[in-house]
Amino acid sequence: MNSLLRHKGWTWGFRTTILLYFVVLIILPIMGVYYNSFSLGFSSFAESISDPIAWKSVLLTLKLAVIATVINVLLGTMIAWVLIRYRFPGKALLNSLVDLPFALPTAVGGLMILLLLGPGSLIGGMAEKLGFEIVFHQPAIVIAMIFVTFPFVIRAVQPLLEELDPSEEEAAYTMGAKSSRVFRQVILPSMAPGMISGGMLAFSRALAEFGAVVLVAGNIPGRTLVSSVFIFGEVESDNPVGAAAVSVILLTLSFVILWLINMLQMRGRRS
Amino acid sequence: MRRLWIGLTYLVFFLLIAAPLGKMTTEAFSEGFGGFWASLSRPEALHALMMTGLVVTVVTLLNTLFGIMMALYLVRANWLSARLRGLLNSIVDLPYAVSPVIGGLMIVLLLGPDSALGAVFEQIGVKIVYAFPGMVIATLFVTFPLMVREVMPVLQEIGSQQEEAASTLGAYGWTTFWKVTWPSIRWAVIYGVILTVARSLGEFGAVLVVSGNIMNKTQTATTLVYQDVENFNVTAAGGVALVLAAFSAGLLLLMEWSKRRKGVH
Repeated sequence: MNSLLRHKGWTWGFRTTILLYFVVLIILPIMGVYYNSFSLGFSSFAESISDPIAWKSVLLTLKLAVIATVINVLLGTMIAWVLIRYRFPGKALLNSLVDLPFALPTAVGGLMILLLLGPGSLIGGMAEKLGFEIVFHQPAIVIAMIFVTFPFVIRAVQPLLEELDPSEEEAAYTMGAKSSRVFRQVILPSMAPGMISGGMLAFSRALAEFGAVVLVAGNIPGRTLVSSVFIFGEVESDNPVGAAAVSVILLTLSFVILWLINMLQMRGRRS
Repeated sequence: MRRLWIGLTYLVFFLLIAAPLGKMTTEAFSEGFGGFWASLSRPEALHALMMTGLVVTVVTLLNTLFGIMMALYLVRANWLSARLRGLLNSIVDLPYAVSPVIGGLMIVLLLGPDSALGAVFEQIGVKIVYAFPGMVIATLFVTFPLMVREVMPVLQEIGSQQEEAASTLGAYGWTTFWKVTWPSIRWAVIYGVILTVARSLGEFGAVLVVSGNIMNKTQTATTLVYQDVENFNVTAAGGVALVLAAFSAGLLLLMEWSKRRKGVH
């Protein structure tokens, strides 16, 4: 009996610990941000948001993240296609290099881009002569976003292409379809779910990116200051409520995207 | 056509990955091997690398332990209603959607010196924000889904029949776990550990906000890189970053290896 009691006590202790850990580590902090941004009433939240630097940073982040995502969907689909459909020397190497941007610390990624395109470098110097400015301007932010979100689309499209039944394509060709038509009507539809879900993941990651961006962006308010860097600045200047207000917008946006991806995957599984 | 696509792919990889890596390596060695060594043997660099090592070790241990337990509960626990499990299951992914900076901000808001909880801890004499515990908590937050998401599908796949059989035959919960569950989730756990190590090694935003980036105290390798760049000391930054990149590349190789093992088992 004694041992049984002890056994039960252990189980309860275990369960409570794990659930408490989960609540304290994940749920409480997220609720804390929402609570803090509204802690001084809705008007102060609106005030923090209507600060032109704040909402311009949100708009800029959205704009650049959209550009980065579109480029990534195009490049990622192409690379996924090449890595699945063709055999060529170095294929296995490229396939493992895809994940490198995930494995590299984002600050290291930012530094690499800064060094490659920076003012003292070969490419940076050439661009400067041509009148382009990359580093500390918007193009560098887009490049940083592309770099950190590079694997998403590739890894989402690859399994779909692998599963695609070659007989469907063959049938289309046999019936006299041109290759462009086969691509549009057979291959593209089967890649589309991966392009969408990978693109959405890349988008939400690009919205959130900080490490790579902070090093290459000039962080000039209204022009190259993205929201995550803005939040960091607000924390540094001891204005956590302002930081929390912008965080709430970004968080809500990311949660909606995450929820959409989940819905998409569930629908895909059912059909 | 085929040539063109392959060529384009090589071009993208070269521009986006190979060229930046190469440039960083040459920059780190721009003052010769001595310069590289000097950037690493600075006291603040040694301290930062040590801090990173400490954070990685503590976070990996905790996250592995709690991650496996959480996955077990989310898949197996009958004492939680199915609806509650579904809710918890969708919450597990939330840290993916949270910007690391916001993750750091959350910890500061919740446990910082101005908050109620932070004040309590301050009275006991425990500093959390701008100190080691805060950095661990921030990194735990960021890495939380990695282990759970690796272990859960395996648990779902193997089903609970073997485990039930073991406990019917009279095995204790602990024995069942070691003899029946562990062998099948082993490779998923190892993969999760590698992912956790990689993520906590590279964590930057959350740690930067929570640690305050105090040199020789709470500075980690990634935040040191940031500070070096801010101070226009690019060569030193390159040295530390190269070490980090080498570690990440090693982890990537390990990942490939364990992924293959995971598929084979």
